[in-house]
Amino acid sequence: MSNVQNSLDYSLLERLTQTYAPSGIERAVAEQISEIIRPYCDSLTQDKMGNLIAIRKGSGNGKKIMVAAHMDEIGVMITHIDKNGFLRFTPVGGVHITELPHRRVRFSNGRIGVISQEKLDKPADLKLSKLYIDIGAADQDEAEGMVQIGDSAVFTGEFVWAGSRIISKALDDRIGCFVAIEALKRVQTEHEIAFAFTVQEEVGLRGAQTAAFALEPDVALAVDVTLTGDTPKAHPMDVKLGSGVAIKVFDRSMITPPQVKQWMAETAEKERISYQWEVLEAGGTDSGAIHLTKGGIPAGVLSIPTRFVHSPSEMIDTKDVEAAVELLVALLEGPIPF
Amino acid sequence: MLLKTLSELQGTSGAEKKVRDLLQEEITPYVDSLAVDKIGNLIAVKKGAKNSPKVLLTAHMDEVALMVTEITPDGFLKFRPVGGIDPRILVSKPVKVSGINGVIGSKAIHLQKTQERQQALKLDQLYIDIGANSKEEAERYIKLGDYAYFVTGFEALGQAFFKGKAFDDRVGCYVIVETLKKRFDNLNLVAAFTVQEEVGLRGSKVAAYHTQPDFALNIEGTISADMAHIEEEEWVTELGKGPALSIQDQTTLYNPLLIKQVVDLAKQNKIPLQFRRGTSGNNDAGKIHSSRTGIPTLSINVPCRYIHSPASMVRQDDIQNTIQLVEEILRAIPDHFIF
Repeated sequence: MSNVQNSLDYSLLERLTQTYAPSGIERAVAEQISEIIRPYCDSLTQDKMGNLIAIRKGSGNGKKIMVAAHMDEIGVMITHIDKNGFLRFTPVGGVHITELPHRRVRFSNGRIGVISQEKLDKPADLKLSKLYIDIGAADQDEAEGMVQIGDSAVFTGEFVWAGSRIISKALDDRIGCFVAIEALKRVQTEHEIAFAFTVQEEVGLRGAQTAAFALEPDVALAVDVTLTGDTPKAHPMDVKLGSGVAIKVFDRSMITPPQVKQWMAETAEKERISYQWEVLEAGGTDSGAIHLTKGGIPAGVLSIPTRFVHSPSEMIDTKDVEAAVELLVALLEGPIPF
Repeated sequence: MLLKTLSELQGTSGAEKKVRDLLQEEITPYVDSLAVDKIGNLIAVKKGAKNSPKVLLTAHMDEVALMVTEITPDGFLKFRPVGGIDPRILVSKPVKVSGINGVIGSKAIHLQKTQERQQALKLDQLYIDIGANSKEEAERYIKLGDYAYFVTGFEALGQAFFKGKAFDDRVGCYVIVETLKKRFDNLNLVAAFTVQEEVGLRGSKVAAYHTQPDFALNIEGTISADMAHIEEEEWVTELGKGPALSIQDQTTLYNPLLIKQVVDLAKQNKIPLQFRRGTSGNNDAGKIHSSRTGIPTLSINVPCRYIHSPASMVRQDDIQNTIQLVEEILRAIPDHFIF
């Protein structure tokens, strides 16, 4: 149906996923994105929160559309270094504590550590205060030579192919950044488009809030991952990997306005792009903050169905990625019926 | 002594007037203008040279307290907390409700069954006894919605400590008052003494929006658990180790580049500094840093033991060092401190 796959540069996605960018320290991803998109935009700036804002000017007859994808990923932050050089930490974003033992983490300087646990009387005793990070330091002095309190680390998880699918850390939301970048490269439109690569989504949609305030768009679209219900005995959810881009109807941060849903679905149908409806019972994304900005901004979300979200092995299907790029481009190029 | 007066004043969320009036009186000689905004924040401006950066200092005036929600037929007052209070600390505490003395009552130990003794009392089982014989009598003095406050007197303990209620965040208010007494020629200094922090950072949201600063410094009284029975990694802050700089809490991730500059400034000026090594809780910085198009914000905390209780403790030297650190940051801002 489409030859988009050939034109998508997945080595860029690989680089993006493997780059260190926990919430609050998104600089490395922002630099990579800047380098790639600079030739395709009319202006490129970073605001005080660290959001990267790329503007593509319109013809003057169109609307102003904001596209948001967040650069940050979940991680951990050091809160204490003990005499023996072990680190205590706190989550940055939605980290599942019980899944942490023996995961590896990486600090900005490249230092790798492994999370382990104190002796537990029973597995149910596992909680954050029982966990520590071992960075291979012999004592406190050696540890403090490498890391300090307040430093953040991300989980490691290499980028691998599994047929048409990709497994990696941080697909949430580098895949959104990737889709936005590909759309930015390709789009030809009379609308003014403001691409906001946002910060601090994982800790509460904070970057999108200030970006939307500054940009004041007529309409906004976020691109982010969503959960699926297609794995063994999964929580019921009608989103499947490989069945197309998901159009968000509902999550904890937003109910998509009917006119936005209709615009998105009709555009997908017209362009013969596979899509599915997404009703997400947990979580939220940048549009949740954007739609409440100033006097209210109509907003929608293009979601990439993703298994094992917030694990080091998130899984996506490239068919869905291609559908997302196609739909985003079509939305940005077509008329906005409201 | 100003901190004593501030600590002993009654002023919970939504009822900060007494604190605001006192602060207004204290700072009038040192500022160029004063105003109270619609939500109740006290906003003071101390002008500097034209085009100097605008720096916002914030501390919240409100303290945690109780609100009367029901008067029982026999004249007891049922209540709900205003802000985060652990009901287990309330039993048998004296309180003051609208000028009337009361005590939080519960069954005497003699009357409790074995099982009852093993369980902490829940909020629903507690009430305030003001010595009224009936609902009618109680209603002569008290109406629904009245606030009940802890009545702890402020005093010095040992050689270095202060004990009192409401150090969260009267100690922050005190630090800002002391700061406003100093001269900063190359800064436009705005101080916001905020309302309703304890119920959801509400005053600061409004203050940040209309003051529109270039940079904000939030001064807080924060948790310290530096006691023998608690593991060192859970202390969060230690008394006597200086002001504590926040790295992360529930509503803010603090910018590492700002943090580094404060660490360097403290080192250069030989001011002890620690990190706030825990991430529970939140403060006004959460609403300030995400206001409008984003405002670079830091939180500097005075460590307080037994916070949100009838009696908390602070170290005098921590307060002095906090005042000094705030001064050094403000002096560095025009030329050296980048945000």
